[in-house]
Amino acid sequence: MLNRYPLWKTLMVALLVALGALYATPNLYGEDPAVQVSGLRGVEANIATLDTIKGHLSDNNIDYASIVLEKGQVLTRFKNTEDQLKARDVLDDNLGKKYSVALNLTPATPDWLAAIGGTPMKLGLDLSGGVSFLMEVNMKEAINKAKTAMVADFRGDLRNEKIRYRSVKEDGDVIAVKFRKVEDLDVGESLLKKRYRDLLFNTDEDTLTLTAQMTEVKLKEIREYALQQNITIIRNRVNELGVAEPLVQRQGKKHIVIELPGVQDTAKAKEILNATATIEFRLVDTEGDLSAAINGRIPPSSILLTDKNGKPTLLKKRIMLTGDHITDAKSGFDEYSRPQVNISLDSSGGSKMSNGTKSNIGKPMATVFIEYKPTDRRDPEGNIIFEKVQEVISVATIQARLGKSFRITGSGSPAEAHNLALLLRAGALIAPIAIVEERTVGPTLGAENVQLGFQAIMMGFGLVFIFMIIYYRAFGVVANLALGANLVLIIGIMSMIPGATLTLPGMAGIVLTVGMAVDANVLIFERIREEIREGKTIQQAIHQGYDAAFSTIIDANITTLIAALILFAVGTGPVKGFAVTLSIGILTSMFTSVVGTRAVVNAIWGGKSLKKLSI
Amino acid sequence: MQILQLKETVAFMKYRKIAMVFSALLMIAAITSLTVNKLNFGLDFTGGTLIEVGFEQAADLQKLRQLMQDNNHNDAKVQFYGSSRDVVIRLGLREDVKAEMLGNEILAILEKGTGQKVDMRRIEFVGASVGDELAEQGGLAMLTALICILVYVAFRFEWRFAVGSVIALFHDVLLTLGLFSILGLEFDLTVLAAILAVIGYSLNDTIVVSDRIRENFRKIRDTLPEEIINISLTQTLSRTFITSITTILVLAALFFKGGALIHGFASALLFGVFVGTYSSIYVASLVALSLGISREDLIPEVIEKEGAEQEEMMP
Repeated sequence: MLNRYPLWKTLMVALLVALGALYATPNLYGEDPAVQVSGLRGVEANIATLDTIKGHLSDNNIDYASIVLEKGQVLTRFKNTEDQLKARDVLDDNLGKKYSVALNLTPATPDWLAAIGGTPMKLGLDLSGGVSFLMEVNMKEAINKAKTAMVADFRGDLRNEKIRYRSVKEDGDVIAVKFRKVEDLDVGESLLKKRYRDLLFNTDEDTLTLTAQMTEVKLKEIREYALQQNITIIRNRVNELGVAEPLVQRQGKKHIVIELPGVQDTAKAKEILNATATIEFRLVDTEGDLSAAINGRIPPSSILLTDKNGKPTLLKKRIMLTGDHITDAKSGFDEYSRPQVNISLDSSGGSKMSNGTKSNIGKPMATVFIEYKPTDRRDPEGNIIFEKVQEVISVATIQARLGKSFRITGSGSPAEAHNLALLLRAGALIAPIAIVEERTVGPTLGAENVQLGFQAIMMGFGLVFIFMIIYYRAFGVVANLALGANLVLIIGIMSMIPGATLTLPGMAGIVLTVGMAVDANVLIFERIREEIREGKTIQQAIHQGYDAAFSTIIDANITTLIAALILFAVGTGPVKGFAVTLSIGILTSMFTSVVGTRAVVNAIWGGKSLKKLSI
Repeated sequence: MQILQLKETVAFMKYRKIAMVFSALLMIAAITSLTVNKLNFGLDFTGGTLIEVGFEQAADLQKLRQLMQDNNHNDAKVQFYGSSRDVVIRLGLREDVKAEMLGNEILAILEKGTGQKVDMRRIEFVGASVGDELAEQGGLAMLTALICILVYVAFRFEWRFAVGSVIALFHDVLLTLGLFSILGLEFDLTVLAAILAVIGYSLNDTIVVSDRIRENFRKIRDTLPEEIINISLTQTLSRTFITSITTILVLAALFFKGGALIHGFASALLFGVFVGTYSSIYVASLVALSLGISREDLIPEVIEKEGAEQEEMMP
C-alpha cells in the first residue's frame, strides 16, 4: 500500500498555514507615534476639525506622516516621538475644552494588509503598561433610590387624581400607602395597579393600607439599569481623562472593568473615577428656628446640613431639583473675578427649576453637594457600605426666575470650582460605585515582560526543536515544521480575533503549547516505530501509526480543552489571556500535528516503497 | 535515537502496594501541611496593596523598612523581587477610606526618603471582597473542571477509568498545593491557572494510557487484567517520557527566562508535570484495576459476527 493524500487536502493545509502567516505578519511591523483627537460629550470630530488640526500643525512647522478622520476621531501619525509630543502640546493649547488630545501608538501595518483586516495582536496591560480598575456598583443604594422615587411618584399620582390619602411611606421592602376611607383605598388601588404593572400590590382593608412591592423582574431591571448608567457615565469620565483606546466593560452582575493603557499618573484617574458626586438644590428654611434645630428639634419638613467649615444651615426637605438634570457644567469667573460654575439643565430640569423659583424670588437657595464615599466596611451580604456625605456648598439668593441655565458662585477656589464642574459634567450617578481592585504596570516592567516572554518562547521552541531532531531525525524535522506552523497559526488567529489580548500568562500558554503540541507527534511516531518493530511494512506502519493514534489524540486534547475553557469562563485579565492562547494552541496543534505532518509525510515518504525509515 | 529500549514487559503492578503507600504518605503530608501551614495566599486572594519599584542602585532593605515604620506603615513587608534593585512592598488591607490611594502615597514616601529616582514598576490593589470572590470562583472552577472531565471520560471510556483519572487529578492537584504549602510559595491567580493546566496535562497522560489499556483488552485475550495493564504501561512508557521531557524543557525555559512574575506559574507546572507523569502510571490505572476493570467492561456490546454467540454456546 501507499500513503497518498488527495491534492485538495495538501492544498488546504498549505492554504490555511499561509493564511495564518499572512494575518500574523502585521506583528512584524512596529508602531508609529500618533496623536488622537476625539470630541468630548457628544461633540464629534469632523472634516472641519481635521482642517483645523492641519492648520495648527503647519503653523507650528510640525511634520506629520498621515492624518485621517475615523469614527469621529482624528488620528495623526508622526515620524518620531519628538514631533508627536510637540503636536500634542500645540493641539492641547489650541483646540480648547471640546476635544481631548491623547498620545497614542498606532500599528504601522501597511495599507494593503490593513485593507484585508490585518492588525497586530492587542497587548494586555501587563505588557503595554497602564492601569486597570475594577469598580463595584452599590446595588442596594440603586434600589433605595428607586424606592424613594416611587414614593414621590405615588404621591403625585394620587394627588393629581384627587384621591385622598393619609401617608405614603417606605416600609422595609415595600411602599405602604395609608388611606382614610375604604372607597379611596379601592380607587387608589385600581389607579396604581394600572400604572405600575411591574409591582405587586396587596391591600389590607382593616388598616386601610395598600402595599406595593417590587417584583424580581423589576429589581433585576433596576440593577441592570444602574450598571448600564454607570458604564455610560464612566465612559464619559474616562474620555475626559484624554486616554487613547480606553476600555470600559461590564464584568458579571455588579462590576465594571476599566483599562487605561499608558496611564502613569493613576492618582488623578482615581479621584475622578472614585468620586460619585451629585448635586441637589433646596430652599433654605428661613422660618424654622436654627438654634433649636442645632439642639435636636428639627422641624419635620426640614433637614439640618453643614458646609465645609461646619456652619449649619436649615434646609427644606423638598428637593427642588436633582443633579441628573444637569447636562453641562463649566467653571469660570464672574464679573468680580470670583470663581463660579455655570450649569445647564435639560428641558424638564429647566421647567422644574423655573416652577420652583418663580414664587421664591428673593429667598435663599442652597446647593447641596452629595458624595458617596466608599468605606472599607461591608454589610452581611458582602456589599461595600457607602457613607453619604452631604455638604452645603453655596447659599445664594434667587435673583430671578431661573431657567435652563444658571450659575453658582462661592464654591471656593478656582481649582475647586473646576473640579466641581468636571464632576457635575460627568453626570449624576444613580448608584454609587467604588474601586475594589487596581493594577498598575509601569512602562519599563511592561517592556521587560514582552522581552522575557519572547525569550522564553524562543528558548522553549529551540530546545524542543533540537530534541526532536536528535530523537526522531527526519521525522523530527517534520514535527518541527508542524511546531513552526502551529506558532504562526496561534499568532495569526490571536491577531484576527478582535477581543483576544496577549498577556504575560498568555505567552506562558504559548510556551506550554509548544511543549505539549509535540505530544501528538510523539504518539504517532512511537506508534509507527512499534508497528515497524512488529514487522509491518513501512507504508503500513505509517498508516497504522496515524490511524491508531488519532482517537487517543482527540480524547487527550478534548479533555485539556475542557480545562482551558473553564479557565476562560472563570478567569479574568491576564489569566483569561492564558486560557485564550492555551485553547487556540490546542486546536491549532491538533491540526498541524495530525493533518499537517501527514501531508508532509505522505508527500515525502508516502509515494514509494521503502525498506527503512528515518524515525 | 531511543531512550528506552524495553524488550520485556515491566511488571509495574507488582509494585502497586509500594506505590499506594507512597502516594498515601505524600497525600497525608500534603493535607497535614495544608491544614497546619495553610497556603501562602497572594494579594489576589487576601486583598491589600503591593508596590513594586525599581531603584537606580542596589536598595538597602533595612533602610526601606525603617522608612515604612517611620511613616506608620508597620505592617509593610519589604522584599527584593528578582534583583537587588527591585523591591516589592506589601501592605495589608486598611480600614482607611482611601485604601486605593495607598500605592501613590508609598511611592511619594520612597522618593522623599531615599532621595533616589524611583521607577514605579507596578502597583496592585485588591479589595477584600474581590479576593473572597476569586477564591470561591477558583475553587468552583476546579470542581467544575473535574466534574466535566469525569463525565467526558465516563462517556468515552468506562466509569472505572473515569474514577481512576479523576482520583489521579485530585492526587496531582493535592500534591501541587501541598508543595506550595510546604515551601511557603505564594499562591496567586497565575498559580491557580497553572494548576488547571496541570489538570489538563495529567489528564492527557492518563487518557493515553487508558486508551492503550482499552485497546489491549480488546486485542489480547486470556490474559489477566494486571498483565494487560503492565503491557499497556510498558508500550506507552517511552511516549510518556518523551512528552514529559519536551514539556519540562519548555517549562525550564519559562522558569529561567520568564522573569519573576511567572516563577510561581512555572514552578507549579514543573512539579505538576512530574506528579502527573507518576500518577498516570500508578494512580489512574491502579484505581481502575482495584475497582475490578475487566475485559467485558471494555468490549462494545456489538455482536461482531452473526451467530458468534450461538457457536460459543454449543457444546
